[in-house]
Amino acid sequence: MAAFAFYLFAGLLLTSGLMVITAKNPVHSVLWLILAFFNAAGLFILLGAEFLAMLLVIVYVGAVAVLFLFVVMMLDIDFKALQRGALQNLPLGLAVSGVILAEVLLVASGWTAGQGVIVHEALAGPPPGMTNTQWIGSQLYTRYFFVFSMSGLILLAAMIGAIVLTHRRRVGIKKQSIAAQNARTPGGTVAVGKAAIGQGVEL
Amino acid sequence: MTYTGWFVEQFGAGLGWFLANLTLILAIAFPVMVGVALAVYADRKIWAAMQMRRGPNVVGPFGILQTFADAAKLFLKETIIPAGASTGVFLLAPMISFTLALVVWAVMPFDAGLVLADLNVGLLYIFAVSSMGVYGIIMSGWASNSKYAFLGGLRSAAQMVSYEVSMGFILVAVMMYAQSLNLSDIVLAQKGNVLGILNGNIFNPLLFPMGIMFFITALAETNRPPFDLPEAEAELVAGYQVEYSSMSFALFFLGEYANILFMCALIPTLFLGGWLPPLDLPFLYAIPGFVWFLSKMAFLFFLFAWVKATVPRYRYDQLMRLGWKVFLPLSLFWVVVVSGWLMFTGHFAAAPGVM
Repeated sequence: MAAFAFYLFAGLLLTSGLMVITAKNPVHSVLWLILAFFNAAGLFILLGAEFLAMLLVIVYVGAVAVLFLFVVMMLDIDFKALQRGALQNLPLGLAVSGVILAEVLLVASGWTAGQGVIVHEALAGPPPGMTNTQWIGSQLYTRYFFVFSMSGLILLAAMIGAIVLTHRRRVGIKKQSIAAQNARTPGGTVAVGKAAIGQGVEL
Repeated sequence: MTYTGWFVEQFGAGLGWFLANLTLILAIAFPVMVGVALAVYADRKIWAAMQMRRGPNVVGPFGILQTFADAAKLFLKETIIPAGASTGVFLLAPMISFTLALVVWAVMPFDAGLVLADLNVGLLYIFAVSSMGVYGIIMSGWASNSKYAFLGGLRSAAQMVSYEVSMGFILVAVMMYAQSLNLSDIVLAQKGNVLGILNGNIFNPLLFPMGIMFFITALAETNRPPFDLPEAEAELVAGYQVEYSSMSFALFFLGEYANILFMCALIPTLFLGGWLPPLDLPFLYAIPGFVWFLSKMAFLFFLFAWVKATVPRYRYDQLMRLGWKVFLPLSLFWVVVVSGWLMFTGHFAAAPGVM
């Protein structure tokens, strides 16, 4: 059963990964990418890491990919032009990917699991009486606290950068000011005038 | 012998397990569908009563079969796929909406031990599935190849992503009190949690504002008025579902109501003590927990219908302002307050992994 589930998730993951780069339509690419995330979450569950699986779905499928889709749907891409460009840059792309492939092969051939990495007892899995989630939390906030807070700071810096880049004051737009609306009173806005017959009212 | 145990004995481990779970899934999905039909009827009756009308009263006794008649009509209609639509995505979108609205019921505890999948990350599972619900809408909006549907889809995507953030913080506060992500544990943690006699987080002054915010966020997540911007008949015809007809429309409609019913079940689980009676008195436990659960669901559903009947729709910038500038800072601040209070009173002293 577990083997069947593994091959199902892994096969779908690879297939959808392939479809991401071969799909003609970018929206379809993003949808395949979402399927890939989803199957990766399935693999996490098979590993017994249900907390990570749920976080993968919440963060990547539920938030990041939605914004991806949001942006890609609004783009107006000319595929013919893109494909022509791709053919021109093919030699350069092949060279770069060849170098990366060679590096990966070199590293992977000389590496065995556990070697060069200090295997903490943290990796052995949660002690009895603790759920997966509690174990991750207690490790993150004690042993890996500095790494954890550093990554938080990096994300904060990235967030501030994104806000600074996109924040601009636009002129000539109407904006609602709730406080100003609530502060309006009849005295400031309504005037009662008496109109004499045959004459208007001076306002 | 357990239910699954009997099947395993009769049919062997693999097939027995499969058959047992299949029947259990049907035993949840079928009542949910009937519940959806009755909820639509109840919704229309409540609005009618609030607007001094009669509501559906022709088909069946008191018009109770009206929804079934509507469903039969939709079944018999022709499915129209627009020529410019992206067919695959167009047909996939309602299926995703409907499926997600049903799978989320898997972790809902209806009574003590009466739950299909007792996940220890149940709350996160609900959060994950409800955050995926936006895909049905955004895909249908894009695949319809119509500007109304597209605008509806974009609005919905922005709205649901915005409100999910504050929803997450509210769930964090509840989770800290229960010290668990398992829904059954969250319900049991509410047993006599306030003054030793009241069951329910809503009676806790620190969680009361969270409960109110969660109700409003639930309205936004299910696209109910006053947050039904994705549909907005007045400006977008019917929003993302404008090109859908027949069964594909029915799937959206059923999914929407199944989601609403789920929120009506989730709010009692998180804040009103789930299957527990409101007061921790022995004689109240004589009434089965399932009855308490259903009556709390019915009460919440009445509140949902009440809001829909009385509140006008938000403007889009007001909706975004409420989500990002009011709910997000408020819920974030409140998480800090709640966690500070719990730390100060030594709530976490017995938690495993504390050093």
